Amino acid sequence: MTAKSAAHTIATFARRHRLRPMEALPWVLAVAAYFVFPDYLALGAQILATLLFGLSADLVLGYAGIVTLGHAAFYGVGAYTAGYLAAHGVGSPIIGLIAAMVAAGAVGFISGLIILRTQGLSILMLTLVVCVMLQEAANKMTSITGGADGLQGMEVQPVLGMFRFDMYGHTAYWYALGVLFLGWAVTRTIVHSSFGRSLTGIRENVARMNAIGTPVFFRLVTIYTISAMLAGAAGALIAETTQLVALNVLSVDLSGTILVMIILGGVGRLYGAFIGVPLYMIAQDRFSTIDPTYWYFWIGLLLVLVVAFARGGILGMADAVLRRFKRSP
Amino acid sequence: MTASCALETKVLCKSFGALAVANAINFQLLPGARHALIGPNGAGKTSFVNLVTGVLQSTSGQILLDGEDVTRLSQAQRVKRGLARTFQINQLFRGLSVLENVTLAISEREGVAGNFWRPAGKRTAVVEEAYALLDKLGIADEALRAVRELAYGRQRLVEIAVALGLKPKVLLLDEPAAGVPSSETGTIIEVIERLDPTIALLIIEHDMELVFRIARRITVLVQGTVLVEGTPAEIAADPHVREVYLGERVTP
Ligand SMILES: Nc1ncnc2c1ncn2[C@@H]1O[C@H](COP(=O)(O)OP(=O)(O)O)[C@@H](O)[C@H]1O
Ligand SMILES: [Mg+2]
Repeated sequence: MTAKSAAHTIATFARRHRLRPMEALPWVLAVAAYFVFPDYLALGAQILATLLFGLSADLVLGYAGIVTLGHAAFYGVGAYTAGYLAAHGVGSPIIGLIAAMVAAGAVGFISGLIILRTQGLSILMLTLVVCVMLQEAANKMTSITGGADGLQGMEVQPVLGMFRFDMYGHTAYWYALGVLFLGWAVTRTIVHSSFGRSLTGIRENVARMNAIGTPVFFRLVTIYTISAMLAGAAGALIAETTQLVALNVLSVDLSGTILVMIILGGVGRLYGAFIGVPLYMIAQDRFSTIDPTYWYFWIGLLLVLVVAFARGGILGMADAVLRRFKRSP
Repeated sequence: MTASCALETKVLCKSFGALAVANAINFQLLPGARHALIGPNGAGKTSFVNLVTGVLQSTSGQILLDGEDVTRLSQAQRVKRGLARTFQINQLFRGLSVLENVTLAISEREGVAGNFWRPAGKRTAVVEEAYALLDKLGIADEALRAVRELAYGRQRLVEIAVALGLKPKVLLLDEPAAGVPSSETGTIIEVIERLDPTIALLIIEHDMELVFRIARRITVLVQGTVLVEGTPAEIAADPHVREVYLGERVTP
């Protein structure tokens, strides 16, 4: 009896890593949206790129428990890197993307070495400071960034030399979807791995992780760097698909907005971003035409409701409902 | 003599401002020891564990593990050398399952916890070992439940299980029965009695019944200073100890 329940328990424990049918849903919907909403592909591409940004923020906030108010730093560095290259003759989107990831990763690694030694409110302040400093630097270095006018003269070549970016956003949409898919595959692999679980351990109880011999600081720097690279990729996507980079990509405002989006969807759940980001961006798009003055009020109200009544965001609420449903047959 | 100690401290000192929580502590834990550290509340027992494990940095003095100076090493490096501890107040991953709490410790010991790609739950050898450990402690039936859903007494067993997952050579138990209803302390005593005899064990405890059942040597700490050390019989008979700590309740 013991042997049987042992095998059963161990199998159940392993089963949560299985790819579930539900996990195909976002991709099915994304492909369907391409055909159903052909007039909204530009918005769609932006949503997909922001989704990647949301995934990267969730790795840091939701999994490792690092509260950051400066995640746009990496997104912005990625956007400027890809933008700068495209404005100076290196128009290949893939090269721009990779360069953006390297640059953002480097900024993440170096700032992480400093920031992640601290905890709590200090981390919050330091992440914010890094973001503000980078934005101010971008504002001052007009010869490189174009300052407040934004980066001028980007010329992005066709993806893989074949797919030209068109004004309807067809290429942009597929390109963003492809990169998001890769980013998701990497993220999913990480959060299910032993490394990913150890991040959750750090979030749950740092003191205990230290006591079981975890090199906590090293793990945090590692995930911070990986997350920065993904955020950099998201920034590059935005730069390449809109052919526009301005100072707002480095703003604290954006750092806060991405947190709002993933908190709406549910943090630390991998799919929270898939709910929160589209919801926020579509609501923004709709509300801002219906009620241009107060749309942010409605978003704020939604956030307050979610935080007050649905800890764990919309996905957390759905989980709770499903569980109750299962228990009472 | 030095090399044969599993754990040794030499004139270990630590103060928080004017408060000396460790006052030139010379302490030796022999291999396979069953040693208790007792003393009134605020004596500095937990601080001693924190110093030895590297949570706190000592003001001066030396800490040796198996004869090797570890005074300047990080917590993680000390754990790698076979040192494990439990906490007076539970420090567990409350939202994670009991099985995963132990799996995290074993993954870390096995050096696989930094791996990015292989799903954690599919490391069958690690998970099986974690399960077997839970089974030995009698909590395997709750393996898949979140720690926070367990009764406190059972959480105390998880606290011990996580430390045992590290296969320690030196184990420091900080009041393992603290907060557990007296009807359940029996289980915890049994678990401690059944520990691998080669582990050098230091147990901090208030429950005198537990101390006298387990310990073969006792050190009494008062205000950061070692008052006396000896066999349980010697400690129970010591007039100073009776005065400052045991009162008149204890019979030798
Ligand atoms: N981080 C700290 N800062 C200042 N004082 C501390 C700290 N940790 C413990 N103390 C003090 O040190 C003394 C010893 O505490 P502790 O080691 O927890 O005692 P015990 O475990 O023997 O009850 C207490 O007076 C406590 O208030
Ligand atoms: Mg204590």
